[in-house]
Amino acid sequence: MKVEVSAGGQDMQPLLKVENLVKRYATRSLAGAREELLALNGVSFTIFPGTTLAVVGESGSGKSTLASCLACLESPTTGNIWFEGEDIVKLPKRARRQVRPKIQLIFQDPASSLNARWSVLEILIEPLILQGKFTPEEMNQRASSLLERVGLSPDIVERPPTELSGGQRQRVAIARALALEPKLLILDEALSALDCSVQAQIANLLMELQSSLGMTYLFITHDLAMAAHLADDLAVMNRGRIVELGPAEQILKQLRHETTRQLLAAVPRLIRAWPPVEQ
Amino acid sequence: MTFVLEIRDLQVSYRSREGVLCPALAGVSFGLLPGEIMGVLGESGSGKSTLAVSLVRLLPGNGEIIRGAVHFEGKDLLRARPDELQQIRGRRISLIFQEPSLALHPTMRAGEQVRQVLAAHSSPGKSTLSERTRQVFAEIFPEEAGRISRSYPHQLSGGQRQRVLITQAIACGPSVVIADEPTASLDPATQMEILAVFRTLRERLGLAMIFITHNPALLSGFADRVLVLYGGRVVECGPAEEVLASPRHPYTKALFESIPAVSEERANGRKTRLPVILGDSSRSSLPRGGCPFEPRCTEKMNICREREPALVNLSASHVVSCFKYES
Amino acid sequence: MRYLLRRLGHALFLLAGVSVLAFLFTALAPGNYFDEMRLNPQIRPETVAALRAQYGLDKSLPVRYASWLGSVIHGDMGFSFAYNSPVAPLLLVRARNTLLLAITAMLLAWAVALPLGVWSAERLGRLPDRLLSWGTAALLVIPDLALALGLLVLAVRSGWFPTGGMASVDFETLSPLNRLRDLALHMILPVTALVLSSLPLLIRHARAAVADVLNAPFLLAAVGHGIRRRTLLYRYALPAAANPLISLFGFSMGVLLSGSLLIEVVMSWPGLGPLLLEAILARDLYVVVGGILFSTLFLVGGNLLADFLLYWADPRIRTESSAP
Repeated sequence: MKVEVSAGGQDMQPLLKVENLVKRYATRSLAGAREELLALNGVSFTIFPGTTLAVVGESGSGKSTLASCLACLESPTTGNIWFEGEDIVKLPKRARRQVRPKIQLIFQDPASSLNARWSVLEILIEPLILQGKFTPEEMNQRASSLLERVGLSPDIVERPPTELSGGQRQRVAIARALALEPKLLILDEALSALDCSVQAQIANLLMELQSSLGMTYLFITHDLAMAAHLADDLAVMNRGRIVELGPAEQILKQLRHETTRQLLAAVPRLIRAWPPVEQ
Repeated sequence: MTFVLEIRDLQVSYRSREGVLCPALAGVSFGLLPGEIMGVLGESGSGKSTLAVSLVRLLPGNGEIIRGAVHFEGKDLLRARPDELQQIRGRRISLIFQEPSLALHPTMRAGEQVRQVLAAHSSPGKSTLSERTRQVFAEIFPEEAGRISRSYPHQLSGGQRQRVLITQAIACGPSVVIADEPTASLDPATQMEILAVFRTLRERLGLAMIFITHNPALLSGFADRVLVLYGGRVVECGPAEEVLASPRHPYTKALFESIPAVSEERANGRKTRLPVILGDSSRSSLPRGGCPFEPRCTEKMNICREREPALVNLSASHVVSCFKYES
Repeated sequence: MRYLLRRLGHALFLLAGVSVLAFLFTALAPGNYFDEMRLNPQIRPETVAALRAQYGLDKSLPVRYASWLGSVIHGDMGFSFAYNSPVAPLLLVRARNTLLLAITAMLLAWAVALPLGVWSAERLGRLPDRLLSWGTAALLVIPDLALALGLLVLAVRSGWFPTGGMASVDFETLSPLNRLRDLALHMILPVTALVLSSLPLLIRHARAAVADVLNAPFLLAAVGHGIRRRTLLYRYALPAAANPLISLFGFSMGVLLSGSLLIEVVMSWPGLGPLLLEAILARDLYVVVGGILFSTLFLVGGNLLADFLLYWADPRIRTESSAP
């Protein structure tokens, strides 16, 4: 079943446009020397609505810093982030609060990103409560429909996250992110902590959500195989810079940059030569 | 050839807070040949970590070994005395835990932690101990052995910490190393490094290894044999090339199909739906009677719900537990 | 190094702040030393006023604080009206006595609490541990005052221990060895009271800290390496539990000191406690401020010591940088 994705053509407005993003961290070693860490060194790219951009790179290449800057968890040192035509870096606090719900972040570890003391219901309606626009019945209803949307049965609402499996927890995290009807979902290694077969399930869910809701994804990972599978476009990062950017298939065929070649070489391959399913 | 480690019908359960026994391993049997790398493939709920800790009897307080035997060097480890076990752990059989950041003592230098392992199993003089520590560090860290040895765990990267764990494991020259998801928290490049370390160790020291993972791709070109665990049982076991290239058990087949490959290798295009195994493998869904995979199997038959399949020999070395292959 | 200097700086800042507050509160409290005299019809009001002026009690607060500060630097720490002498020598003697009590009690309490905590943590949840928990809970509930009084009753009834004070009447005539014995006898009751009052807190925290460590993955990994039980406990568990325990040490110092003030009064031990009490009742301003300052000094000193120990014991604090 081929998922038809509206690969937004060049005539569409980009959903997210990042220009020359720089993020510097100033640290002080115990001896007092001021050290600077250049996490992002001039990153630029564009994402069109309904598409997926995968960002790959080794640890320390700046992928997670990129995620936090885009999700407004941190402010970049310099650079512009244009979201739906507005530069969110320059926005005053109140206006930025309007933008935040539209960009949601899903983390790697579902165990620590969900409050272990709350039930699934409380987790799901928390963002709705913060918005303050819904009645309790409306919120419960939304919670149930969100759970169905991510493929969970509504009767897990009373359970705490500790009783759920890794895959279920990650689905709850996605449901929570969807509660605010975001336009952009940033997935920071969201599949890395899951078992292989569960990764496939969540990947399918993500693709289905993209086709039905028109979600746009920024998929950060070090799993090149999954990135290649899910992405329309690919950005290869190395030491705070994007060294290759373009359509995923093209980049993986041409392998222009050394980093891309190294990343590809490190992917463990499964020998697959068995004949198709008998019977 | 005799097995260096032989597990027979291992059954382990955990007692829940209400006192209910939840089975984790329901009769696992296999043998490890000297110098071979056995890849144990299992996802959450398969019992793989329980297997690792049961072999050296490191189960948590609520874990109980119901029955079974683990034969090693003429002894049954499950019935050995505590002092015998202490001599075997770390010296003859080593266990490498998941999560290197948690498995290392936070305020002890790396070199000291390795030295402690050596000191626990021999009592040479101080200088011999330091010398041996230095030697074993140099094997795993060809460069910067000294710096790593003097560092504290929080000063090391994930890959370096994992290597310190490996150093601890091989310090006393064991014949078997059990590694539980040793590369789980590492990025792919570091994963490859660690696998290379294991390969080198096997070549140089003739180590037999049980390598537990949930990612079958890691076992390609690495493991000699592959054993697939599901629901606390062995569902398939055989030579790596056979199992990885042409899996027989429906679970193994479905698992491999759900893993995306980098585009150049795949027939259907990008962004297609990955074939998945429906449902999940949480322990609560372990059925009583019948095949453990039956609820999620696409090739199930009536008999699968009634009885548990036995291990069937597909060839001299390849076994599978599925009614499809029972003649 | 910077870390230590910073902690020292904090401590000094704290002391300065406390001195201001103590001064403020005591000076602003209604009444002053000479009120008693004013009530006495035999003393003329002019004399009282003159005395007040002499001691500078009619000047404004900031001026008085400034001159007091000057006196501190000079080494006098103000003047005691009641004792008619500079405050510092008075305080020093009393402070020494208090420290004697507090430090002895501290060492003893830890010597008992730590092994008990370890023992309890090893048997977590089982009967021996539960019994100890109930015991410490009972001890915690008993007020310090009741403990002290109970011990006094014991002393009176049995006649084994002196019922107060620090030295017997004939102390000066005793030989050095006997003097030591005499001191020890006098110390037994107050120290026991102090130890009993601080044990519950220490035992529970020690138990919690060790129990946490005993469940940690690295300990299980060490068992997997065949490390022997004794090494596990002393080389692995305790050092890892050192961090919370050292912090507890600093904290318990402060608790102990505040407890000791009460027990000194009850048992007539000539420490800071009785002195402070007297001075507060008599409105002997500078003694009160000095006494409070000394107490704070001990508290801050204890915590500073803990900070230093932590720095030495925990490499994660020492080496704040980590590899990428």
